[in-house]
This record gives sequence, C-alpha cells and structure tokens, in this order.
Amino acid sequence: MPIIEPGTAGRRGAPPAGAIARKAPPGPRLGPFRLTWIKAGFWLLGLLPLLRWIALGFTGGLGANPTEFLIRSSGTFTLVALLITLAITPMRWLTGNPAWIRLRRLCGLFTFFYACLHWLGYLWWDRWFELAAIWQDFWQRPLIAVGWMAWTLLLALALTSTRGWQRRLGRRWQALHRLIYLALFLALLHFWLHRAGKNDFADVMMYGGIGAALLVWRLARAGAAAR
Amino acid sequence: MRFRSRHDPRPSEITPLAIYQQRRQLLQAGLAGAALGAAGLSSTARAQPAPPVGQALPGKPNPAFTALDRPTSRRDITTYNNFYEFGTDKDDPVRHAGKMIVRPWTVSIEGEVLKPREFDIDDLLRLAPMEERVYRLRCVEAWSMVIPWVGYSLSHLLQAVQPTGNAKYVRFETAMQPQAMPGLRTRVIAWPYLEGLRLDEAMHPLTLLAFGLYGEVLPNQNGAPLRLVVPWKYGFKSGKSLVRIRLTEQPPVTSWMRSAPSEYGFYANVNPEVDHPRWSQATERRIGEDGFFTPPRRTLMFNGYADQVASLYQGMDLRANY
Repeated sequence: MPIIEPGTAGRRGAPPAGAIARKAPPGPRLGPFRLTWIKAGFWLLGLLPLLRWIALGFTGGLGANPTEFLIRSSGTFTLVALLITLAITPMRWLTGNPAWIRLRRLCGLFTFFYACLHWLGYLWWDRWFELAAIWQDFWQRPLIAVGWMAWTLLLALALTSTRGWQRRLGRRWQALHRLIYLALFLALLHFWLHRAGKNDFADVMMYGGIGAALLVWRLARAGAAAR
Repeated sequence: MRFRSRHDPRPSEITPLAIYQQRRQLLQAGLAGAALGAAGLSSTARAQPAPPVGQALPGKPNPAFTALDRPTSRRDITTYNNFYEFGTDKDDPVRHAGKMIVRPWTVSIEGEVLKPREFDIDDLLRLAPMEERVYRLRCVEAWSMVIPWVGYSLSHLLQAVQPTGNAKYVRFETAMQPQAMPGLRTRVIAWPYLEGLRLDEAMHPLTLLAFGLYGEVLPNQNGAPLRLVVPWKYGFKSGKSLVRIRLTEQPPVTSWMRSAPSEYGFYANVNPEVDHPRWSQATERRIGEDGFFTPPRRTLMFNGYADQVASLYQGMDLRANY
C-alpha cells in the first residue's frame, strides 16, 4: 500500500457525472471553495514573503544589515514552505478530500524557490561569487556543506516533480520524493549549526518539533495500514 | 590606512545636531505607527521605534583618534547590537534595554590595586576630560561599523587606583539585572559576562572607557552607562554596562573562553589571516555603507590599528594566541 499518493488522484472526489447532466463537471473543491481559487490563494501566500522583502526594501525596513536579513529570512521561509508541503498529505487525511494533493507540488516548488533565493544570497553577498572562496567555505564550515547538500537534494526533487518524471519513474518516484524528509533533516541541521554559536536552539526546536510530529504521524499511519 | 574618498560627506552636508534631533522625533511618531502594522507580520524584521534622544554628552574631538572612515548612522549603531543579556537577536537589545536601570550606578575597582574603590558614575564622568573619538568596530561575525564614541582612556581610571606590581591582567564584569535582561534566563554563555585584557593592553591610550556616542550619553543597548572600547580587537572584547573591574595576576577566564574555548581565545585581536573555526575573517561588511552591489571589504590587521598596537604582540604567535 503506497504511503504517498501520486499527484494525479484529484478527480476521485468529484460527484458522479450523471447527476448533473450536460453541465460541465465541477472542478474539485476544498470545503466551500473551488480548487482553482485555493491554488490562486496559495500562489499569493507563496509570493507574500518576496513581496514583503520588496516593500521593506523600498521603505528602508531591511534593517542595518540588509543582506544578512535577506539571507536569513529566505532560509526561514524555505523551512516554513517545506513544513507546509509536508502538511499537505495529513490535511488530506484529516479532511478526507484528495484534492489537497493538487497543492503539494506548488508548495514543494515554492520551497525550492526560497531555497534558491537563500542559496543565491549566500553566493552573492557572502562570497561575491568567488569560486575559491566558496570552495574553501564548503570545506571549512559544516554549516555550508550541509546547506549545499540540502539545496542539491531539493534541486533533484524539483527537477523530478513534473508529470513526465512521475510517469517515467513510476513507483520509484515515491521512494525518491520521500527524500524530502532527508531534506528537512539537513535543513534543520543547517539551521542548528547556524544557531550553535549562540547556543540558542528555541527556533530550531520549534521547526524540528513540527517536522518530527508530521513524520511520526505518517509512520504511525503506515504502521496501522500494514497491520 | 584609509583616505578620505569622494563618498565622504562634506562638512556642509552634516546635519546640525538640533535639526537631526527634531527629525528623530518626527521619525519616532511615524515609526510607532509602522511598528504597529508590521508587528503582526514577522518576528524577524520588526520596524524599530527609534531610540529616544539621549542627554547631551559632548567630548572634545581628538584628531589623533579619529578614523577617517564615514561614521555609521546613529540609527544603525543603536538598533543593531549584540548584547546577549537582552537576547541574541540584533534587535533584542533595543527592544529590552530600556528596562535596565542605569542610575544610580557604581563601579567597583578591586584586586591588585593600592586604592580599591567603588566609584559612583558621576565621579567617573568627572574623572578625566571627555574626548570624542571615531573608532572602527569590527565584530567577530564579520560586520563592521564606525562609531563616534565619547569617553577617555581607561588608563586614567587605572592610574587613579594605582595597580600593584602583581597586577598583570584586568577583568571586566557586566551588570546582571534579571528583571530587565531576559537573556540571563538562557544558557547562551556563562553569566555574568566577563572579559579581560592584559594590563598593557588596558593601559594603551587607544583603550577607551566610553560614556557616550554621537555626543549623547550611551543608549542602554550600547552599554550604558559606561563600557569598554578596544578598537583593535573583535567587538565582544569590549564589555558593556560595567559594574566591576578587577586587576589580577592570573589571566582571567572570559565568558566566551568558557563557552567555546576552541572558537574564542583570550586575545581576539582582529586578524584577517586567522579564521574563526566556523568562518573566514578575511573580509567584512560595513553596516549602512556596503550595499547589495559592493564586494565584501578586506579586513585590516588589528582592524587598521597595527601602527599603534602591533608592538604589544611582538614575537608572539598570533595564530596560537588567537
């Protein structure tokens, strides 16, 4: 029994076509809303951090160290988006509505989007795109090495997120995309290493706790299904 | 050594203090509204109400100790701080430090001195003439500022208490006010915050006991009512809100040496060639000046004060004594 449902399951929730003859079949819904609207809402939500940075940039709100702020903030939103992505399937279980799955790739790609901004901010403002400095940094700082691993993994997941790759990989696609939990672990380790200098792990614990809860929920469900 | 560049403001461009202060009040009113709007949005970037204007504390400019770099804005200097007693985020000090009680205030000078004494802050303010000195500040986190401090050389105070022949080191202790300092409840480092210098470092004319900045008494978040400023060392060596200064024969164990001995040594001299174990110290970013399109600037040996202080470390291996 597969744990993660493939992203093509949406139509199953639709009412039987014969009931409303001749009218265009209604799209999948989430509660009282059409999925299309929900999707538009998620797009807006996903772009909100970016729009906020732009607004802050024009109003002098990025603080005394804008590059540091943008690098850290993009890291935070990568983690937030990642956790939202992982919460999609549990939302499906909770509501019994398979249409949730239609939002998962969008969330995953927004995660990758913010991870890329985070990565780019580091390369640009921290290392000025100097290859030697980047290379040295990778070997000198576990924080950076772990960050690279997490980003590379997210890149692989983003590239294989298309329908075409889902088809080509078949069941292996699911196995591959379960690596998102490894990406979460690496991202949290990266965050932990960042905060280690200040012995201040409250935020890491919060994100880690949510991630762990989502994982435990999933494992418990898989265990129950196997029995 | 840096020279005046065409980017430096002409004297005519510098806003007179009185007008600058009016502007600050206007800003405060506007920002209070903005802060309300932004507060709900984020925990990482809060629009900061500008810190209130302090009491005037003028100092006579000392050209020998005036860096030619462009001073960082008062706003950046007073809103972007590391003062872990108030929390580890850069905006924690400005948000919490207002609760710190800075008067009455006494500083006890003790240990290997002939005349141990508890000084009242008012006595210290009168001990020596106030000077204005513009120093570069290089944080161990690879950012830097340029700050117009007001104060006098620490040596004036140390001479007043007459160190004994046994005095080799000076230990600086920061205040602990639990009702004002939420950071004390965390185990970020060992409290109270302890820092130390060798006696010859402490007696060096560059080593400043600061009471103000930008011609006003120190804002609490910058270490009111008095703090140390050692411009050729990473910023954490310059203890804030001092309550006790102890002269010792043995080298003091500082808070950072206790928390992370492999990362922070006793000397902590700014040195672009000796990396922090977790990052490079070769470059830095100047707060308020270096933007999105400026490459990180090269960090200078002893933060550019090598001419004055390199002789203190002659023959020492600066890699071993980091």
